[in-house]
Amino acid sequence: MNTFDFLLQGLLVAAQPMNLLYALIGVTLGTAVGVLPGIGPALTVALLLPVTYKLDPGGSLIMFAGIYYGGMYGGSTTSILLNTPGESSSIVTALEGNKMARAGRGGPALATAAIGSFVAGLIATMALALIAPFVVKLALVFGPREYFALMVLAFVTVSSAFGDSTLRGLTSLFIGFALAIVGIDQLTGQTRMSFGIPDLLDGIEVTTLAVAMFAIGESLYIAAQGDLGPDKVEAVKGSVWMNRQDWARSWKPWLRGTAIGFPIGAMPAGGAEIGTFLSYATEKRLTKHPEEFGNGAIEGVAGPEAANNASAAGTLVPLLTLGLPTTATAAIMLAGFQQYGLQPGPLLFATNPQLVWGLIASLLIANFMLLVLNLPLVGLWVKLLTIPKPWLYAGILLFATLGTIGANPSVFELGMLLAFGVLGYVMRIFGYPIAPVVVGLILGPLAEQQLRRALSISQGDVTVLFTSPIAAVLLVIAAAALIIPLILRARGRGEVLAQLAASED
Amino acid sequence: MSKGHTPSTETRRPDRAALVIAVFLAALGGLIFWDASRLASATGYSGIGPATTPFVIAGCLLILAVWTVFEALRGDFPTRDRQEVAPVVWIIGGLALQMLLLKTAGFSIATGVLFAATAAAFGKRKLWMTIPLGILICLGVWLIFAGLLQLSLPAGPLEHLFW
Repeated sequence: MNTFDFLLQGLLVAAQPMNLLYALIGVTLGTAVGVLPGIGPALTVALLLPVTYKLDPGGSLIMFAGIYYGGMYGGSTTSILLNTPGESSSIVTALEGNKMARAGRGGPALATAAIGSFVAGLIATMALALIAPFVVKLALVFGPREYFALMVLAFVTVSSAFGDSTLRGLTSLFIGFALAIVGIDQLTGQTRMSFGIPDLLDGIEVTTLAVAMFAIGESLYIAAQGDLGPDKVEAVKGSVWMNRQDWARSWKPWLRGTAIGFPIGAMPAGGAEIGTFLSYATEKRLTKHPEEFGNGAIEGVAGPEAANNASAAGTLVPLLTLGLPTTATAAIMLAGFQQYGLQPGPLLFATNPQLVWGLIASLLIANFMLLVLNLPLVGLWVKLLTIPKPWLYAGILLFATLGTIGANPSVFELGMLLAFGVLGYVMRIFGYPIAPVVVGLILGPLAEQQLRRALSISQGDVTVLFTSPIAAVLLVIAAAALIIPLILRARGRGEVLAQLAASED
Repeated sequence: MSKGHTPSTETRRPDRAALVIAVFLAALGGLIFWDASRLASATGYSGIGPATTPFVIAGCLLILAVWTVFEALRGDFPTRDRQEVAPVVWIIGGLALQMLLLKTAGFSIATGVLFAATAAAFGKRKLWMTIPLGILICLGVWLIFAGLLQLSLPAGPLEHLFW
């Protein structure tokens, strides 16, 4: 069977009435939570994971995919109507989008973001379907040492290649590794870092850590800023539809944004935010209206928003084909797979094609649903933006603890939630990135496993890690990604890297 | 790295908080080292056993601690915003109370208290109003999630009235 047969089969799975319902619930919840200020896609996915606990794997992952895409759409609405720095996934959208909203053109800004996300999501999801089988074939020749090298590369790019400090990125990553050791060693069954506490034997839950760091850490941080007065939500005046000129100025940025965003997201390395920045820079250079940039240029919304969604679909390529999460959001999705004992990777395509292709097909369907949900109903979502902060954060903490209690109703688990929440808060104060902790926790044990397998095969000969050409090239790239930014920062050229940093994804 | 020993520049004072972080990292490394050293060294064919990775991570944490000390002495850490203490205490207190009340009072009461404490952190201090409101909302959430979605949320006296 070729890709289209598989995709067609996937569409049949996704079009079953129950699965359509799951997808609809997913995109609605995802948009509703994603639109809330201060909640990015990673937290949206982590908060809504418990909703899917009692479903079957297929339905749950379909709902999950809807939540993921919905969260991306919701985030762009927030950044256009409410200038919140810190909504990292669509920070570039806010540059021009918020200016447009202030000039009374919020409607067209939302429309070009939604349609651009739709176009990008559609093309990128098709590209995902086309590329995935090839990556799977490639992945089948990968041995443990190649996987290990790939993970080392992901560690470096997620933690230290971007952002404003190599030291703080690496520190975050190693805190994640330290937490990852806790529990029973998979190969020998010995307990590590458990100190005789039975609750620690299962290790630390990725969702507990992610919810604690993103929801509780963020709430503490926002609360500690004191009363800064209410955020100004720009009203959507006039029509949400775009006029002829808006269309003429938008369609090329959509396509360019997709072309830039997808490959960057699909690379088995972190830093998916770069796509939106590159797209913004490209549009700024190619535009016929340079004077509008900085004052609300529609190209500056259309391009980055498309790039954002395209790279979101792109990150599913390494996640589904290699089992390699390259963003915090993808790390939480991997945890979602693991709760059903499913390990994404080349084998999943062989053993459970219905599930994988049903998931990919439901992403296409979710995309259509989101276009309908976001264009005519945008007024409804805007109302969510006006929830006063006390109730908003009270609600966020209610659902954050609900998820943890639902997964494991133990006082100890809540204690960990509190402890990691405080850790996340302290890290935020000192400018440590959060995503490397989450990625380190989930990918650390997988990397250790591959390393020990590789060395078992070679009977303890370490040089074997460098003698495979693929592994050697990956390790060289990883070393370059570690050393070059160090030199750049030492020479005082770190600002560009700091701009490319993602606080959440 | 010699800059740390020249106190002539006023802006580059040692950063005490960053030094505390360095101590924390070193302590974490030491803890992992201590824990790993009691593991049996069953290395098998690979030459590395369950203790190897922890040793490497502990070593790296110690290196990062030293690096942090250098950056702290050079004043390389970013400037920090002033943090209000009261709201943080409200939220942490709310979470701690929820933890203590969860098993005895049930999900709705425990989480309702957290709800009110968080709202208080953001300025809504009328607890006589927000606590009952929080408990009502949480009871609704409990009915949806424990009732319809069959999530196992601890029930207390309030929940037993309904279920």
